[in-house]
Amino acid sequence: MTIPPCLGRLLALCLLVWLPLSASAQDDPGQALLEPLDAASYARMGEAIEAIIDSGDARSRGWLEALLGGKLHRHKDTGRFVMVLENRGRDWPVADALTGEALGEMSRRDLDRLGINNALRGQLQGALAVLDLQADGVSERRQAARELLGDVDASLAEPLEAVIRAEQDAEVRRLLQQALAIHRLEVGDVAAVADLQGSLNSRVRAALNSAARSGDPALAEAASMALADIEQKMKLNRGLETLYFGLSLGSVLVLAAIGLAITFGVMGVINMAHGELIMLGAYTTWAMQQLLPGQPGLALVLSIPAGFLVAALAGIAIERGVIQFLKGRPLETLLATFGVSLILQQLVRTLISPLNRTVVTPEWMSGSIMINEGLSLTLNRLYVLGFALVVFAGLMLVMRRTRLGLEVRAVTQNRAMARSMGIRATRVDIMTFALGSGVAGLAGVALSQLTNVGPNLGQNYIIDSFMVVVFGGVGNLWGTLVAGLSLGVINQVLEPWAGAVLAKILVLVFIILFIQKRPRGLFPQKGRAAEG
Amino acid sequence: MHSSTAWLARPFRERATQLFLGILLAALATVTLLNLALPAGHPLHISTYTVTLLGKYLSYALLAVAVDLVWGYLGILSLGHGAFFALGGYAMGMYLMRQIGDRGTYGDPVLPDFMVFLDWDSLPWYWLGFDMAWFAFVMVLLAPGLLALVFGFLAFRSRVTGVYLSIITQALTFALMLAFFRNEMGFGGNNGLTDFKELLGFDLRSDATRLGLFLATGIALALGYVLCRAIVASKLGRVCVATRDAEARTRFLGYRVERFQLFVFVVSAMLAGVAGALYVPQVGIINPGEFSPIFSIEIVLWVALGGRATLYGAVIGAILVNYAKTVFTGVMPDAWLFALGGLFVLVTVLLPKGISGLLAYRLTPRRLQREPADPSSPHREAST
Repeated sequence: MTIPPCLGRLLALCLLVWLPLSASAQDDPGQALLEPLDAASYARMGEAIEAIIDSGDARSRGWLEALLGGKLHRHKDTGRFVMVLENRGRDWPVADALTGEALGEMSRRDLDRLGINNALRGQLQGALAVLDLQADGVSERRQAARELLGDVDASLAEPLEAVIRAEQDAEVRRLLQQALAIHRLEVGDVAAVADLQGSLNSRVRAALNSAARSGDPALAEAASMALADIEQKMKLNRGLETLYFGLSLGSVLVLAAIGLAITFGVMGVINMAHGELIMLGAYTTWAMQQLLPGQPGLALVLSIPAGFLVAALAGIAIERGVIQFLKGRPLETLLATFGVSLILQQLVRTLISPLNRTVVTPEWMSGSIMINEGLSLTLNRLYVLGFALVVFAGLMLVMRRTRLGLEVRAVTQNRAMARSMGIRATRVDIMTFALGSGVAGLAGVALSQLTNVGPNLGQNYIIDSFMVVVFGGVGNLWGTLVAGLSLGVINQVLEPWAGAVLAKILVLVFIILFIQKRPRGLFPQKGRAAEG
Repeated sequence: MHSSTAWLARPFRERATQLFLGILLAALATVTLLNLALPAGHPLHISTYTVTLLGKYLSYALLAVAVDLVWGYLGILSLGHGAFFALGGYAMGMYLMRQIGDRGTYGDPVLPDFMVFLDWDSLPWYWLGFDMAWFAFVMVLLAPGLLALVFGFLAFRSRVTGVYLSIITQALTFALMLAFFRNEMGFGGNNGLTDFKELLGFDLRSDATRLGLFLATGIALALGYVLCRAIVASKLGRVCVATRDAEARTRFLGYRVERFQLFVFVVSAMLAGVAGALYVPQVGIINPGEFSPIFSIEIVLWVALGGRATLYGAVIGAILVNYAKTVFTGVMPDAWLFALGGLFVLVTVLLPKGISGLLAYRLTPRRLQREPADPSSPHREAST
């Protein structure tokens, strides 16, 4: 048998090409799948991609992604398929496409990129999405379905319908139906509008928007009606969101002010260091987390009693050290406690740091609850809102149902009479002030989850707190709750059109004007207690 | 000296006012002499830097006198006088900005640098007229005066007094601070107004202008003091003191208490505005920091330390505290807030009458010491 010399040389070349490939690579079905990708025409490449998808090979996702990202190359000499790990510089680190084994660096001149065009890119994206839809976890499938919205084209429509039939999860099915409907809308199917009715997804809205501007009057009409409906729903959502943020801000105000409602409202003591007591509570949380590294949740729970204690002790020190000497001189009390607040702030700056400290949010408090596609509630704010209500309820119980509460009310209404009935007024003063201060500490613990913990933390809340107490009516805990929540909501309602700072200014001006009209606040005290 | 001007002349016949004016004028003359007559190397020479620093203290002293007028004699603890001070300062600052002309960084003949930076193409309406000195000087009085008039009218009419008034004055200055921090307000935002060149044609960096400003501040303080003294000694002043000590009783005697309160409050705000206007060219900047509630409370401390309801006590307090602040922030800045906070506590708890109370105690003959002239614990009705 004679072989023509030219043919012989070709054979030798072929051998040379094939030789470096190991025997296992030749057996690998992957090699057969990848080989057609290096085709002369894009149409043939498309077929090869289909084949890879149909093969169900576990590596196909990686290949398709690499192909989409321009990372799939073929070595010019060996014909080996490689993935480029990083295409910067002259020599690129590469890995074998079949085995994933790192092959060191190769000169980019030795590599041939498998290029694609736009049609293939679309096909690849769709194919990857369909691959994701076959994931095992429901949440991954939902995510994949959500990402498909607006990305469906004619080539994907058919496989998607198959996927929908096989899908168990109703939510995934609904999302895929919507994705298909968007595609049908794009090709002018009026009936598709009905499937998209009421969806809040931004891509659905975009599709409906472009349909509303289309030449087909029937389609445009249907689409704009659906859009109006969606707009209505969104408005409601936005309203609910504003309300939620408003209540959240309000709950912070209530927490900050409720301690003041005890010391200022009930006892009549102006404590300008109240903000610093809040700060102490926040720093207690930070210190607890330093003491219990790796357990932020436990530390947070423990800092609720700890923050209360620290702030209450500080409050007792302030009461004994300063306020008791200034009884009946409210303006002097104001100045002296302001001095205390300066000292406390500087103390924290000197002893800990002038910079903000980070307080970790435990896992069970981070994240959010999704109500629907347009509305999700952040968990930490929800917790703080609940915490504020619990603290308020607890305080109400103490004031209404305990011996201490009774004595406090007696002493504030008529000190001399209370004393002659055997109530130790000085002790009641201390306990009340400790209670109000401790609640400020609790506010600090909660605030550490929402804002930065720094020496100026308290300062930012003191004016707001006084405003809340005065607005609600001094000496009235319910007034404080209503005032705090409503001021929070008003602030959030004003914010979208006025901006955050202007909204705050407007609220302040509103309160200043309100106090002129009703100097005793929303819920003024009546009867003897008001004479205090 | 009858009729209309008699009330203004009365203070000059008082021993205490004569003493105060004598000391003040002597101090002004001494500083001028030591600054001009002695060569720079002489140990007693007072540098222009120190002169400006003293000028700053004097403008603070005028501000403290204004606060003492309402707190000491009217019983209104204003925690927002910094706002009036800053408004006067901004009025002056706007005039000084317009005087820069085309010498700013961007060289725009009309717009201040920060407006060019914000891409504004014309002056906002409220900047019009500030190129004229007389207009700016009128605004120095008018801006704080109007704010005090509106605010005071609303507050006193509804009988908001005591702690409530203190808290809403604090809210007022806080709201203004937030507003002036906004760039859109057109007052330079965060950075405020600065980089001034000249005042009435005098170069602000020259030694002579600085000495002149110091003297002008001293004279303004003297005039402000005499004005306050005159108000306090007049029949109106007596009604004010009566209001402070027993508001309801004064009302029942037939006095329209809120009118007296409003008048004195507006006068005090205007004085604070003048103090701000004199302060700005000396320190060379005005920014929203002057509106901060802490600054306003600090002013009250100066008055409390010096002694309430004496006027001269306010001057002593302002100069002492600010001198201490200069020393402390230079030597150990961390300790200043401790010292300031400690002062607040010590003065209110241990020295309710302030330094002047101590002085008066030392100077008063023993047999007269029982006289109850204690403004800090008046026989006040329960009004809150």
